[in-house]
Amino acid sequence: MAEHETTGEDVREAHMVTGAADTVAAAGVVVDGLPPDLPEAVGDGSLAAAVTGEPAAATQSRSRRRDLMPSWSPKLVVGLVITGLIVLFAIIVPFFTLDPNSTDYDGLLKPGEQGHLLGTSAIGNDIWAQLAHGARGSLLIGVTVGVIALIFSVIFGIFAGYLGGWADETLSLITNIMLVIPALPLTIVLAAYSSSRSMWLVAGVLGLTAWTGSAIVLRTQARSLRVRDYVLAARVAGERSRRIIAVEILPNLLPLVAAQFLFGVIFAILGEAGLSYLGLGPTDAVTWGTMLYQAQNGSALTLGAWWWFVPPGLLIALLGCGLSLVNFAIDEIINPKLRNVPKATRRVRKARKVESRAAATTEEAGA
Amino acid sequence: MKYYGRRVAFYAVTLWAAVSLNFFIPRMLPGDPAQILLGKLARNGDVTPAVQKNVELILGGSHEPLWNQYWAYLDNIVHGNLGISVSKYPEPVWDLIKDALPWTLCLVGSATIIAFAIGIVGGAWIGWKRGSAWDHVIPFTAFLQSVPYFWLAILLVYFLGMKAGLAPISWGWDVQTYDHPEWTWASMVDVFQHAVLPALTIILSAVGGWLVGMRNMMVSTLAEDYIVTAEAKGLRPRRVLWVYAVRNAALPSFAGFAVALAFVVSGSLVMEQVFSYPGIGKLLITAVSNADYALMQGCSCSRRSPCSS
Repeated sequence: MAEHETTGEDVREAHMVTGAADTVAAAGVVVDGLPPDLPEAVGDGSLAAAVTGEPAAATQSRSRRRDLMPSWSPKLVVGLVITGLIVLFAIIVPFFTLDPNSTDYDGLLKPGEQGHLLGTSAIGNDIWAQLAHGARGSLLIGVTVGVIALIFSVIFGIFAGYLGGWADETLSLITNIMLVIPALPLTIVLAAYSSSRSMWLVAGVLGLTAWTGSAIVLRTQARSLRVRDYVLAARVAGERSRRIIAVEILPNLLPLVAAQFLFGVIFAILGEAGLSYLGLGPTDAVTWGTMLYQAQNGSALTLGAWWWFVPPGLLIALLGCGLSLVNFAIDEIINPKLRNVPKATRRVRKARKVESRAAATTEEAGA
Repeated sequence: MKYYGRRVAFYAVTLWAAVSLNFFIPRMLPGDPAQILLGKLARNGDVTPAVQKNVELILGGSHEPLWNQYWAYLDNIVHGNLGISVSKYPEPVWDLIKDALPWTLCLVGSATIIAFAIGIVGGAWIGWKRGSAWDHVIPFTAFLQSVPYFWLAILLVYFLGMKAGLAPISWGWDVQTYDHPEWTWASMVDVFQHAVLPALTIILSAVGGWLVGMRNMMVSTLAEDYIVTAEAKGLRPRRVLWVYAVRNAALPSFAGFAVALAFVVSGSLVMEQVFSYPGIGKLLITAVSNADYALMQGCSCSRRSPCSS
């Protein structure tokens, strides 16, 4: 990503100097980002530049933007659609459902019976209503933990990595200690000591343990960025550390930070489900985890009530899957090799196929 | 030498921090766990002064200065004296942990190794076949990875265990036939059968991470110039794959594997609860649900120590 940014910077400067350097720089951007498109793009740019100066600039700005924006890979689209649908489900559907805590209905209705879309639990909760309200609870916890973990990991990762020296030593020591202390047992013990737990307490406890991995990833990246030329230049220009971190380093780490945030959300939703399943979840809210806990306690397994324990877990897995797919797409932005190498191999394979087909036809013609 | 010195110092500090957290968490939280616990115990019967002293030593609430309590606590830990379990009175905590630890280590350890092996070999293959239909396997692993461990366990119990009756669904051995697992063939087979579903749970949910990591490293490695050189020299593809690419691409995975092995004890906590597997996770959960703080501290200690050693 950093590579792209700097090349982009070069392009802007080149554009200001001469029109001729323009095409070269534009080609440079394309080479950097998308080698497979190289022949077309170069053809485009150089031809256009030969005719007039203007269209080349347009091509260049378009290709530059395409370089910086996430490409609409199928992974990204599917991931965003799944995540978006679940978020919409959590926002909209709870307004139209029955009361999730009401136990007025007959117990253990099968899906569809008496107008209960997903049936009822053993004590007569409407599962569809619980699922919708649970989505709200789980997502709220997930996002809260994601934000907490984000703040901690930026402080302990980027600040440590950029500042170096004693600040780095101290911050990394804390990170490493938190890393080796396994999160879930600590969370369980923490949650167990407090008898009534609000949703925010659970989120706080999970957030305290969720940030270490991201902090380490971010620290490594920040350390490699701090010796890049443009950061050194900013330092020589006399900018303060805080500004360098906020303006020079953070934007370049944005995809990575976004990926870490999504990881944090997945971790939190899984962690909350685990805690709740052990009966240590929030006592004041419905979440997917508390649904599974109730299913376990109501012996849904022995009753064969699959509509009780399958949907919450399935939604957790789907949401996690959607977020991971988005993360994979981000991975491909951070690491262009992941995107370009499979594409290139596919082209080689296709070319080989065409070649062999051509050879076959000439052979046939020869025969 | 300086490097080793730093590492040792780091582990010492970490161990100390973990042990101290154990001591301070119950004391920092609102409410007085010692009083709550003594109240609970009093309801069940008489509280002897020895039990009271024990509880106060572990949880605070005694009137000695905090500093002295802390030293007494550290002294106990150093001498391996983890106190007496309240929920399984009067078993020493250490004995309970000693019984439970091998189950977790064997089950989760071997399952982790199997998942790792499948992930590395499969990831290498999918990375080698980059750009082909094999790439579509990756999104599915995302799904497997995000499945909650214990929910997968529930599904396996319900569909494979209860509906299909393929494998036993709870405990580490057949409790009705044997008091304890024996060193006989029949008993060993029995133990193995009981481990099938828990192990399957771990393998299914852990394999995706290794697979994706290895595949991505393979794709990056295969784009390196030395691979092109190897191909240009006319080496057989199989040799390029296993000797040139995999050896380098697997390095980060092996580093991650070391970490994963260290976390074996803590990884499968909730899963053990689903299968009532007699491991350390179940012990911790029993301790939590019975407010058995001594056992809780012991379990968390034993979970942390393998990571720091």
